[in-house]
Amino acid sequence: MLYEAASKAYQNAGLEPKDIDGFVNAGEDWTEGHSIADEITPDQLGAVKRPVFTVNGDAMQALISAAMHILTGQMNICLVASYSKASNIKSLANITVMAMDPVFNRPLEENPYFIAGLEMNRYLYETGTTREQCAQVVVKNKKNALWNPSAGHGISLSKEQVLDSPMISYPLSSLDISPHSDGAIVIILAAAERAKALCQKPIWIEGMGWCSDSPSLEKRAWGEAVYTQIAAEMAYKMAGISYPRKEIDLAEVSDEFSYKELQHLEALKLCRKGEAGFLVEEGALGISGELAVNPSGGCLGVGSLLDATGAQKVLEVALQLRGEAGQRQVPNAGVGLAQSWRGIPTTSGAVLILSNR
Amino acid sequence: MGMRKVAVVGAGMTRFVRRALETPKELAYEAAKMALDSCELKLKDVDGVVVGSAVDAFDGFHMKGEYLSDGAGGWRKPFIRHSVGGATGVFSCIHGWMHVASGLFDVCLVLAEEKMSPCQPHPQGAFLTVYDAILERPLGLNLTWIVPQEMNLYMIRNGYRSEDVARVAVKNKRNALDHPAAMMGEELTVQDVVNSEVISWPVHRLDISGTADGATAVVLASEEVAKRITNKPVWVDGVGYNLDTWYWTSRDLAYPVYVEKAARMAYEMAGIKEPQKEIHIAEPYDPFTFKELQNLEALLLADQGKAAQLLAERVFDRDGRMPVCPSGGLLGVGNPIAAAALMKVAEVFWQLRGEAGKRQVPGNPKTGLAQAWGDMMQAGTVVILKI
Repeated sequence: MLYEAASKAYQNAGLEPKDIDGFVNAGEDWTEGHSIADEITPDQLGAVKRPVFTVNGDAMQALISAAMHILTGQMNICLVASYSKASNIKSLANITVMAMDPVFNRPLEENPYFIAGLEMNRYLYETGTTREQCAQVVVKNKKNALWNPSAGHGISLSKEQVLDSPMISYPLSSLDISPHSDGAIVIILAAAERAKALCQKPIWIEGMGWCSDSPSLEKRAWGEAVYTQIAAEMAYKMAGISYPRKEIDLAEVSDEFSYKELQHLEALKLCRKGEAGFLVEEGALGISGELAVNPSGGCLGVGSLLDATGAQKVLEVALQLRGEAGQRQVPNAGVGLAQSWRGIPTTSGAVLILSNR
Repeated sequence: MGMRKVAVVGAGMTRFVRRALETPKELAYEAAKMALDSCELKLKDVDGVVVGSAVDAFDGFHMKGEYLSDGAGGWRKPFIRHSVGGATGVFSCIHGWMHVASGLFDVCLVLAEEKMSPCQPHPQGAFLTVYDAILERPLGLNLTWIVPQEMNLYMIRNGYRSEDVARVAVKNKRNALDHPAAMMGEELTVQDVVNSEVISWPVHRLDISGTADGATAVVLASEEVAKRITNKPVWVDGVGYNLDTWYWTSRDLAYPVYVEKAARMAYEMAGIKEPQKEIHIAEPYDPFTFKELQNLEALLLADQGKAAQLLAERVFDRDGRMPVCPSGGLLGVGNPIAAAALMKVAEVFWQLRGEAGKRQVPGNPKTGLAQAWGDMMQAGTVVILKI
């Protein structure tokens, strides 16, 4: 998968592996089933005997590391690689338990969906958002995915079908949950001068932000995504954005669970707290709406890609800003936002602001 | 080059022990606090946090970085964890350098932690899962099976005997006697090493560093901040890293060309033309005795096949022409993987500032190098510090 994705990226950029100064991978040992998963990364990228390292985090954090390396001036072109081979994992829930506190949480063998249910409940309670509004997110994203040839979970659903799907952990029903997908994404970054020479339509990184809130289940904010709020503030500051809602044309945000899209939009200050649910109901978050959110289909439609999820978000925003998104093209998109979250049980996420100008 | 200058301004480390009572998070907290205290900074002064940790299977955590994040001071801050196996610790300094040199941050806290003891009955068991799942794991391997192949080939090609490489253990374990955080300091003879139990020929028990629990932290700062808070900033002058192919059977096991490439990248950045003259002290990676010699040669700090002779001539002693592993290295201080390699960066920092206490090398060294080796014997990371 990585070989295929890397070959496509090289072709798209008109580059060869020898032109790349450094390589960054994203991934975790236990979802790969391999300790020090960094060691199996170089060959399929053409990165043998070259500077390579792995970020044990979301692909967006890996991309940020690559961007920082370019900003130091030591490197001009960096490649970011990430993939998900979720189909190899027999029981992700058992692995996720191992990401929790060994003394306080692990003995309870909490299923990640149980935690998501608790969080969703708190979010709905604090903001007045309804299950119906969350279901509307599922309907929208899975419909968007029908236009995305890379998406595997596109389907036309009604709100009732989502609401009536089996209850997993109240108020989270089975269709509120993103299924997992296999896939690989490779993104190539270049310093400004090189990018202009290489590429007709470079997509510029205007702002970057990332943050981790408390890893402890007991001490975190359950109703709101503080990590995204802080990351967004950092990214907006760097990009010089004062009015996100006016200045951003489209957003790809983490929708691993339906309510997460709404919670993240509010943390990103793309709407007020409690407003996101109404926006999705009014159709304002559709591809031709006021603010297109997850035109790719998001995690709900494309599938959650483990730590490659962030790269899928960046890829979609880049395609949209280049006007290469085909049937799901958002009209007149100039500035886009990509946001990622590392999933249960983490409180880590990143935000990128991209533009085509 | 107009690159933004970055300095190491503080460092701290826990004691390295076989089995710590502290949790991984507590070890992280202890080292991070020491590093911040050493340069009189508070957590609120830190813009971003970087954590390096090698293998999740040791501590027994999925997403170990997330678990460590608040202990390492990353709560509600930009936080990233990375790993390049054994080479992680030195890479942590490189990753932190990126944060500051990019212009995004002024102060970055860099922490490396490893708690190997939770892995029962012995942490070597976890190394089974670094092998190819289909071809190699069914053989039930660990690292003391694969590393001797490299050691054997290296010794044969260079005509070294067991006694030649055993001197590394003697030197490093003696140096460690003066390190307050060390767990394996010992006064030994060459005969003690070659007479110790053969684990897997030609590796003797005393040729191997000890698995351990521990954490190390350093604080990196931009030029402006560094000059404000200290009159002895230690500059990160060069960084380099390199990864060879995953297929270890198609590599030259006797010579780590990836270490040479990482070193050349760092030398180029630091403008170093003659490493043997320009590097005053070195902390090469020494998880096994022969690795110190092999790495010194790959770092171009000794001619190929000459390192053992220089060692015997006491060139690498603490009062020699080029002190090597004055800390005591992994063989002497202990080897909590990522923390051990960042300890090498911390040691160079202390030595260059003249703050290494009883371990202080004479002659006011100005330039030092720290190096680590990792993944499936395929990764090299190098940092050059200068005062």
